[in-house]
Amino acid sequence: MKMVMTGNYASAYGAKVCRAEVISAYPITPQTSVVEKIASLVSSGEMKAQFVNVESEHSAMAALISASMTGARTYTATSSHGLLLMHELLIWAAGARTPIVMSNICRANGPPWSVWADHHDAMAQRDTGWMQVFCEGNQEVLDSIIMSYKLAERPDIRLPSMINEDAFILSHTVEPVDVPDMELVDEFLPSYNPRFKLDVDEPYGFGSLVMPDMYMEFRYKINEAMEAARQGWRDVEKDFEKTFGRNHGGLVEFYNCEDADAVLLIMGSVASTAKDVVDKLCSEGKKVGMARLRVYRPFPVEEIRKLAGMTNIIGICDHSYTFGHWGPMAQEVRGALYGIADQPVMKNYIIGLGGKDMTPEILEKIFLKTLALKDGADQEIEWIGVKGLGGW
Amino acid sequence: MTKEELKGVYKTYQDLPLTPITSVNSSSNRTGFWKTNKPVLDESKCIKCNICWKFCPDVAISMNDDEFPKFDLGHCKGCGICAHECPKDAITMVMEGDVA
Ligand code: SF4
Ligand code: SF4
Repeated sequence: MKMVMTGNYASAYGAKVCRAEVISAYPITPQTSVVEKIASLVSSGEMKAQFVNVESEHSAMAALISASMTGARTYTATSSHGLLLMHELLIWAAGARTPIVMSNICRANGPPWSVWADHHDAMAQRDTGWMQVFCEGNQEVLDSIIMSYKLAERPDIRLPSMINEDAFILSHTVEPVDVPDMELVDEFLPSYNPRFKLDVDEPYGFGSLVMPDMYMEFRYKINEAMEAARQGWRDVEKDFEKTFGRNHGGLVEFYNCEDADAVLLIMGSVASTAKDVVDKLCSEGKKVGMARLRVYRPFPVEEIRKLAGMTNIIGICDHSYTFGHWGPMAQEVRGALYGIADQPVMKNYIIGLGGKDMTPEILEKIFLKTLALKDGADQEIEWIGVKGLGGW
Repeated sequence: MTKEELKGVYKTYQDLPLTPITSVNSSSNRTGFWKTNKPVLDESKCIKCNICWKFCPDVAISMNDDEFPKFDLGHCKGCGICAHECPKDAITMVMEGDVA
């Protein structure tokens, strides 16, 4: 059924149509309306789930790890400092191979205190063993939850999945969203039934100490699953399209990239604005394109190499930063392209931190700057829009 | 992988389950050999107050009505909390090898 809703409500309905059985969450701006909506769906009986109230995000994740180990389908949502507080247990969830699905409403970390969007919170979880998707719109927010469960619960994957949506730009902005029938979702997504469970009638101990002759082997198994998840995402999205009649562009969505002189690589909702700017510049005869990195973990190495074959210049727009060495996406893209023939010119832009607005005018300026880099980048990295830096 | 297979031989990473799983519970997993010192009770001082039983972090002390505390040395880790908490100093921590 088509409804008009915010990204946060799309998250809540995503959990509902997937029949998440245990929800545990702690409220934080701008995530709050996800759990408020779920709480009201549970209390009205529309959603048959147990809602576990906890005193922190750390406890929320701990509760879900245990619930997931009993074989329950689990869901939570958080943001920024809440996600950072979960960090220890995110690593535990991946190591325990619990297919938890979580929405992270991407919000800047403090101080300086901020409630607005950037990707620093999500990027700081890169090495936890969670799959990570970044969404452009509210339909994708909902659909990515369905796809996430499908892949996360696959016996050879069994990894948790984080769906990232930008604070306010998606979380509090309404769009038409098709909420699929639960029967259709049931067809696509069988119930979760792990072989070994926390079960009082047949007790097992999980996550126990191992000696150094086994530890690395267990870590290798996580990595093997994450590598398999790359093809897994492609397959799941194809299946999804067969059932629901839409897709969201695979691991990397290419927008007018073929034979473009310059492409901006973007994550999250800024991609929508960038598409408009691409259309405008193309109508003026400039050959520009936009690629949207949708799945960040596992990292889409093949798609990035494919992009390098389509264009001569890539502007890598990080909605985040690693103090001391480029933005995280720039590091990974440059790593993936290291050593290939005909490497494109690359430049890293740091954009939109703490909700600094990414208007069509600013994006157009970045496109034009990037087009001008035919003979090599003027600098490796540029912070866009910082007052006092180069013309802003 | 069945419960039987979980007990099987481990040669390669493929033989392992997704995450470490044990089919034995902690009562049959005897970890008492870790300790250096063990508690020894002086029955003449003990007033059977249960305090040591309450404080033992390893549930290694059992007490039945009107009996002296019994130490399960297969699980006692030798932390000495029971000796510290005993109001009558009825428990002494003794180096394991030193006592017959
Ligand atoms: S605490 Fe001391 S006195 Fe009390 S039961 Fe234990 S050994 Fe006996
Ligand atoms: S030494 Fe520690 S572990 Fe052993 S019985 Fe006393 S309190 Fe329990």
